[in-house]
Amino acid sequence: MTHRLPNSDVGRLPSPWLRLLILCTALLGINYIIWRWTSSLNWSAWWIAVPLVLAETYSVIDSLLFAMTMWRVLRRHPPPPPPEGATVDVLITTYNEPIAMVLDTARAALAIRYPHSTWILDDGNRDELRCAAEELGVGYVTRSAHWQDKPRHAKAGNLNNALFETQGEYILVLDADQVPDPRILDHTLGYFRDPRMALVQTPQYFHNVPFSDPLGSQAPLFYGPIQQGKDGWNAAYFCGSNAVLRREALMQLGIRGYVRAVEDGIKRTLYAAGKMLKTASAQSDSEHPAVRAALQSVREATATARKQLHDNRELADITFEFQQRVDAAARSVVDADVTAMRADLEVITALLEDPEHTSAAVIFDDAALTSLAGREWSPLGAIESIGAMVRAVDVGRDDEAQPVLPMATISVTEDMATCMRLHAQGWKSAYHHEVLARGLAPDDVRTMMTQRLRWAQGTVQVMLRENPLLLKGLSIGQRLMYWATMWSYLAGFAALAYIAAPAIFLIFGIMPVQAYSWDFFGRLIPFLILNQMMFIIISRGTPTWRGQQYSLALFPVWIRACVTAFRNVYFDRPLGFAVTPKTKQAVDAIPWHLVKWQLAAIAMLVVASVIGIVQLYFGAISVLGVGVNLFWVLFDIVILSVVFQAVRYRGHEPEAPEREGVP
Amino acid sequence: MSQFSTCTQPSGVVVVKPTGRLNMVAAPALRKELHTIVEGGQTRVAVDLSAVDFIDSSGLGALISGLKVARQAGGDLRIAAPTRQVIAVLELTNLNRVLRAHPDAGTAFDE
Repeated sequence: MTHRLPNSDVGRLPSPWLRLLILCTALLGINYIIWRWTSSLNWSAWWIAVPLVLAETYSVIDSLLFAMTMWRVLRRHPPPPPPEGATVDVLITTYNEPIAMVLDTARAALAIRYPHSTWILDDGNRDELRCAAEELGVGYVTRSAHWQDKPRHAKAGNLNNALFETQGEYILVLDADQVPDPRILDHTLGYFRDPRMALVQTPQYFHNVPFSDPLGSQAPLFYGPIQQGKDGWNAAYFCGSNAVLRREALMQLGIRGYVRAVEDGIKRTLYAAGKMLKTASAQSDSEHPAVRAALQSVREATATARKQLHDNRELADITFEFQQRVDAAARSVVDADVTAMRADLEVITALLEDPEHTSAAVIFDDAALTSLAGREWSPLGAIESIGAMVRAVDVGRDDEAQPVLPMATISVTEDMATCMRLHAQGWKSAYHHEVLARGLAPDDVRTMMTQRLRWAQGTVQVMLRENPLLLKGLSIGQRLMYWATMWSYLAGFAALAYIAAPAIFLIFGIMPVQAYSWDFFGRLIPFLILNQMMFIIISRGTPTWRGQQYSLALFPVWIRACVTAFRNVYFDRPLGFAVTPKTKQAVDAIPWHLVKWQLAAIAMLVVASVIGIVQLYFGAISVLGVGVNLFWVLFDIVILSVVFQAVRYRGHEPEAPEREGVP
Repeated sequence: MSQFSTCTQPSGVVVVKPTGRLNMVAAPALRKELHTIVEGGQTRVAVDLSAVDFIDSSGLGALISGLKVARQAGGDLRIAAPTRQVIAVLELTNLNRVLRAHPDAGTAFDE
C-alpha cells in the first residue's frame, strides 16, 4: 500500500526541514503559555496579570493557527489548458467609481485572450456609463425592477442580479479598478478540469503603491504563503475580485439557500402563529360571528400546515393549501359583509325612490366586491398580524428581490461567506499565485481605515452568523483555516493589554508576572526568535513587517469592528458601513484625529517611560524590570509609529517618464 | 420564438414541455417563457420534465422564478414526470423539499 500525498500531483508542499521548524515553534509556544498560566501569574495584581496572559494566549493561538496554515503551504504547478469549449462571462462590478476607470478595466477585459463576454454591472445606474459601454461593445447590467424596495445587498446583490442576466459556465469577477492581464483566463480555467473545482483566486496587486507601502496595502503574506497554506487544506479564499467561479457551484448554493430560507421562514411563522392568532382575536370584532369563524378556519389551516410540515410534505403543497384555505376564510367574511350591506342598501334604495339618488347601486359592482375579497382588502387581511403571517407562509421569498441569491448576503464581505458555503458543500478552490490583474489601493489613511474596518466587520459578521467551527460539511482543516482569519481580527483587544502592561509597571511598579526571571525569558525568547525565523523563511524575503505593524497599530479599528458587528448581528443595529472609495479623497490638513487612540497610547507610553526612569534614579524600582519594560515600550512605539507616516501619506506619484529628458 | 412546446388544457392549465438540456444556456429562455405565460393571465402552469435529459441549478432557478410569479398572480407552478437525472439534481439541491414531482403534467392540478 502506498501513501501518496493528496496534493503531490498538483504542487509542492513544505520541506521536512521547514515543517520541523514549524513544529518546534508550535511546541515552544505551547510550552511557554502553559508555564505562564500555571507558574508565573502575579495573582495579587490579577487585574493586569489576567488580561495580559489572556492576550498572550490569544497570540500563541494565533501563532499556532499560522503554523498550521504554513504546514500545508501548496505551491501549485501551472494548471492544464482550459477545458474544451468553456464559456466565460467577465463581470466588472462598479458603484461610484469614475467612468474612465471602469472603461479602462472594460477595455482590458475585452482584450482578454480567451473567448468570453464582458459585462459592466453598474450599481450606480449611470446613463453615461451605459452609453460608453454600448459604444465599447460590452454588456451593461443594472438592477432589475424586482429590486425596488427590497434589500440591495451591495456588491453581492449586484452580482446576484447579473447572474440571471448572463449565462457563461464560468465567471471572472473584477472590481472596477482591477485591470486584467490578457492571459488571466488562459492561466486559470485549467483548474476547472477538476469537476469539483468551484473557485480559482489570483492575487490582488496594487500598482499605485510605493515600495515602502505606508498604508500596508500590498498583502504579500496573504497573497502568498497564507493563501497557499489555506489552499493546502482546500480552503483557498475567495477575495471578491480577480477570481474565476463556476456558475453551477454558485447556482447550487443559491438553490440550497432558497430551500433553507423558505423552510426556515415557514417554520418560524407557523410556530409563532398561535400568538399571532390570539392577538388577532383581541384586535378583531369578536362580536362579529363571521370574523370569529374565519379566524377559526385560519387556526385550523395553521394546525394542518404544522402537521404536514412535521410529516415532511413538500413546502409548495403545504403553502398552497394553506393559502387556499385562508383565501376561502377571507372570502366568507366578505360574503357575510356583502350580504349585510346588500340588505342595508336595499332598505336605503327602497326609502330613496328618488331616481337622482340611486347612485348607491354602483356599489353593487360585483367585480369590485370580488377584489374586496383579495387578501389585502378583506377584513381578515386588515388584521395586520394575519396579513403578515399569510404572506410569510409562501415559497416566493417575498422579503428578497430574487428568490435565489447565489452570493451570500449574511455579511458585508460576501466573498468569504460565499466561499465558506461552497467549501461546506464539498466544492474545491484553488489559489493561483501569479499576478493577473493590477488595481488601485486606497491612497489616503481615511479610505484605508474604512476598508479595513469593512473587512473586519464582514469577517466578524460571518463568525457570529455562520461560525466555521459549527458549520456542517467543512473538514477540520477548513474550519481552522476560516477560524484563523476570524481570530486574527480579535487582535485589538490583545493590543490593549500589550500597551497597558508595561505602562502600569513603569508608573506603579506593579508586575503582571511573579518575576522577570530566567524561567520567563528562557521560555519566551526562543519562541519569539523561532517565530520570526519562520516568518522570514516562509515569506522568502518579501516585506511582511508592514502587515505585522498594522495588525497591532490598527487596534481601535479592530475593536470598533468587533463591537459594531456584534451589535449588528444581535441587536440589528446598522454597521455604519461605507463603500470604499477608489479615488483620492479631498486632501486638507493632516487627519490626526483618525489616529487619536494610537497617539494617546504613544503619549501614555512616553510619559510612563519618563516616570519609570525617574523612579529608577531614586531606586524605587528594579533595574531589570525597568530595562525590560522600556524595551517593551520601545517595541510598542515602533509598531504604533506607523500611523505617523500613514496620516501624512498623500498618495503615490509615480516618476513621470517625460522628466527623463529634462536636465 | 419559443423553444418549449406549450399547450393549454381545457381546465386552463398550461403545460410547458422543455426538451433536451435545461441548463444555464436554456434557463433564461424558460424563465422568460414562464413569466410571459403568467403575465398573459394563465396562472396555473405545469412543467412537463419528461423530455429533459439534463438539468442544472440554473434550470432549477428558472422553475423557482416561475413558481414565484405564478404564486404572486394567485396561481401555482407544478412539475411533473422528472427523469432520473432531474430527480437526482432535485435531491442534491434539496429542492424536492419544496416541489413535489407529479407523475403526469396533465393531472398535476387535479390533486
